[in-house]
Amino acid sequence: MRNTIVSKENLSEDVCSFIVEHPEIASHYEPGQFVIVRVHEKGERIPLTIVDADPEKGTIRLVVQGVGLTSKLMNQMKAGDRLIDLLGPLGRPFHFPADAKKGLFVGGGLGIAPLYPKVKHFEGERHVTLGAKDASHLILQKEMKAASFRLTLCTDDGSLGEKGLVTHAMQRLFDSGESFDFCVAIGPLVMMKAVVEANKALGLPTFVSLNPIMVDGTGMCGGCRFEYDGEVKFACVDGPVFDGFKVNFHDLLVRSRQYEKHECRALEHYREKKSKKESL
Amino acid sequence: MSSGRITPRMRPAKERICDFEEVSLGYTEEEAVAEASRCLLCGACVKGCPVGIDIPGFIKAIQEKDFKRGYQIIKKNNLLPAICGRVCPQETQCEAMCILGKKGDPINIGALERFLADHYADESIPRINENGHKAAVVGSGPGGLTAAFELRRAGFQVTVYEALHELGGVLKYGIPGFRLPDDVVDREIETLKKMGVEFLTSFLIGKTLTIDELLQKNDAVLIATGAGLPGYLGIPGENGIGVLLANELLTRVNLMKAYDFPRYDTPVISGKKIVVIGGGNVAMDTARVSRRMGADVVICYRREEKDMPARLEERHHAKEEGIDFQVLTNPVEILLNDEGRVRGMVVERMKITGVADDGRSRIASTKETFEMETDLVVEAIGQSPNKIIRENVEKLEFDKKGRIVVDENLKTTKDNVWAAGDIVSGAATVILAMGEAKEAARAIVEKFGG
Ligand SMILES: Cc1cc2nc3c(=O)[nH]c(=O)nc-3n(C[C@H](O)[C@H](O)[C@H](O)COP(=O)(O)OP(=O)(O)OC[C@H]3O[C@@H](n4cnc5c(N)ncnc54)[C@H](O)[C@@H]3O)c2cc1C
Ligand SMILES: Cc1cc2nc3c(=O)[nH]c(=O)nc-3n(C[C@H](O)[C@H](O)[C@H](O)COP(=O)(O)OP(=O)(O)OC[C@H]3O[C@@H](n4cnc5c(N)ncnc54)[C@H](O)[C@@H]3O)c2cc1C
Ligand code: SF4
Ligand code: SF4
Ligand code: FES
Repeated sequence: MRNTIVSKENLSEDVCSFIVEHPEIASHYEPGQFVIVRVHEKGERIPLTIVDADPEKGTIRLVVQGVGLTSKLMNQMKAGDRLIDLLGPLGRPFHFPADAKKGLFVGGGLGIAPLYPKVKHFEGERHVTLGAKDASHLILQKEMKAASFRLTLCTDDGSLGEKGLVTHAMQRLFDSGESFDFCVAIGPLVMMKAVVEANKALGLPTFVSLNPIMVDGTGMCGGCRFEYDGEVKFACVDGPVFDGFKVNFHDLLVRSRQYEKHECRALEHYREKKSKKESL
Repeated sequence: MSSGRITPRMRPAKERICDFEEVSLGYTEEEAVAEASRCLLCGACVKGCPVGIDIPGFIKAIQEKDFKRGYQIIKKNNLLPAICGRVCPQETQCEAMCILGKKGDPINIGALERFLADHYADESIPRINENGHKAAVVGSGPGGLTAAFELRRAGFQVTVYEALHELGGVLKYGIPGFRLPDDVVDREIETLKKMGVEFLTSFLIGKTLTIDELLQKNDAVLIATGAGLPGYLGIPGENGIGVLLANELLTRVNLMKAYDFPRYDTPVISGKKIVVIGGGNVAMDTARVSRRMGADVVICYRREEKDMPARLEERHHAKEEGIDFQVLTNPVEILLNDEGRVRGMVVERMKITGVADDGRSRIASTKETFEMETDLVVEAIGQSPNKIIRENVEKLEFDKKGRIVVDENLKTTKDNVWAAGDIVSGAATVILAMGEAKEAARAIVEKFGG
């Protein structure tokens, strides 16, 4: 049945991978697209990248990092459970520049999951650089290793790979004389901004996949809007992948903090409710 | 008996701004009969109703206290009387034509319609003779629901595809519950379900399935996807924290129940002093929702109050609820603080320079500007059709404003595809969407046989 979780795998302490049934989404999906899910009757709508799809089996793969209430609730679901709502595939498919032969793929933290389908679908030489705060947050290593020509890992605390930021690892690649036809960078806004700034200096075309707060994901609410090349764009229908050089990161950084306080409150409320239940 | 118009009882403003319960309590039987008895049964009003309800017919039935008959008369032309009675802009439609309005107060046709629909609705399901044909309806707003009813009644097997997780379109995500309670809409949807209409939510046509795929499985497709794309002003500061487009606020509150956060998981950003920009129904609803979230609310409108497209009753109610109307003001810049949060808005004063062709004031800037204090700005300045269908279909013609081009039978340029509602006419009204949907359904039935 549509929306049923077929299987679930824990990738790390707070990251889970789900195979979910939805034949229509599976057969219409193209890389770069995402879904919106709701996990219960009173739940919020959250966007998640489609990491993989199997049109024959009619399933899609989602990788979720538990960062707040909804993503944590989703990670508590099990095989056999059903997502109450699953909408997609949303957004525009992403296409690589024509004739590109060598690509640099940079993923940070939560951006590693959405980066994976882009790596997999590129037919040229794939160089992948991934960063996270520590080894346990560096997800999808096995898949990325299998999909890449060269994989560079780095962590903030040095618990895995090089110690430091992805931009440093990239710099070492450039210094060793490597050059690329394009770069795809997905991760926290500050990371994408830093990658874009570094690449701008080199003239290396850079694509970023944006993750603003979304409500409907269909172009109806305008909540995901930001400035792009002097115009207003809606990330859900015009993106989520954009030319990084044209993105106004300042706008996005400011707007991403809009619901900070509410998000903490939602989680506190949930914990209170849960602890009340448990103490009964 | 007094000869003046009887207004249904309203909950006091002080009480209603604390909740999302309905404002108008509707007529009692006594009040309905008294209001009906003012009617001359002349029929002048009928041409003001886009679906041509036999208004004197149902009012006469109320006079005679034959309420069930009254309801049946309305139902012949209008599938959703409980909804239209509440949200039609009567003062520009049926009531504008009422003969009594020439000298005094027109009959409160909407409230009478609502009275019958609320108390004498007949839940019986029409008998259906299957005709062996299949139809797909895209969108579950008033247009889609009406089309589904008409097609099912004619014997089609009907599937409605809706992008959101709830059915009802603007009736659910746009118009707030204090004006149109959710259960009024749900009742109508229940009837359709009982008739055997199939509903699929979270299906975005153009993405989850395409129009061409629907055509492979159906004889006819009817597109009623509305005009959900919000416009924005394009002024400096617009992307700061605390600037929302009305649809986001309304969706968070009406659809996701943010007023009940954190019992519901979706929050909505709040403010102490909210400025709502615009003068239509969307602006009025946004202002009144904001008021109910505990804020002081100002409406900022370019022209004069008489030019506002919002329903008269809503303007009244908004004022009663303490909403401040700042007319002849035009926003030019939203001011942000160091963190990127709204701290104020610069507006220019407008002046009237004459009368435009449509009767509204013609305006121009006085060049004089001043600062409004605010910490949340909501823009409600108009909607246009969404691009998703347009970008994922061939041979379907759209006009410059993104509306689907149709002929006099609401047939599009694509074989076996019809369209109705706001996607055809641009942001209009519930009753117009329903009227068009009925026409389109009739054309489909004519082609395939009932
Ligand atoms: C196009 C797109 C694709 C995404 N793909 C994935 C994915 O594949 N895997 C994954 O784990 N996450 C993905 N995300 C991010 C994911 O949607 C958010 O982590 C999720 O919405 C957080 O909700 P929450 O209730 O768990 O946390 P909240 O308590 O709401 O928020 C916790 C943190 O997440 C951020 N956040 C909140 N709401 C959203 C939102 N709607 N969108 C983005 N960030 C938000 C907040 O700023 C905050 O930092 C994607 C986001 C977008 C826009
Ligand atoms: C806040 C607000 C207040 C209003 N107040 C009034 C009022 O008081 N009186 C009045 O007469 N009119 C009012 N209107 C206008 C009225 O609601 C609309 O004219 C009417 O709803 C149009 O009906 P529709 O069926 O064409 O579209 P909608 O009601 O817009 O429904 C369209 C539906 O299609 C769905 N959809 C869109 N694209 C797709 C897709 N690709 N696939 C599947 N589904 C899709 C949408 O999610 C939506 O549910 C108001 C509008 C708003 C926004
Ligand atoms: S449907 Fe609307 S316009 Fe027609 S009679 Fe009823 S309230 Fe008036
Ligand atoms: S025009 Fe007025 S008085 Fe005449 S039938 Fe209609 S409602 Fe009654
Ligand atoms: S999420 Fe609502 S318009 Fe993009």
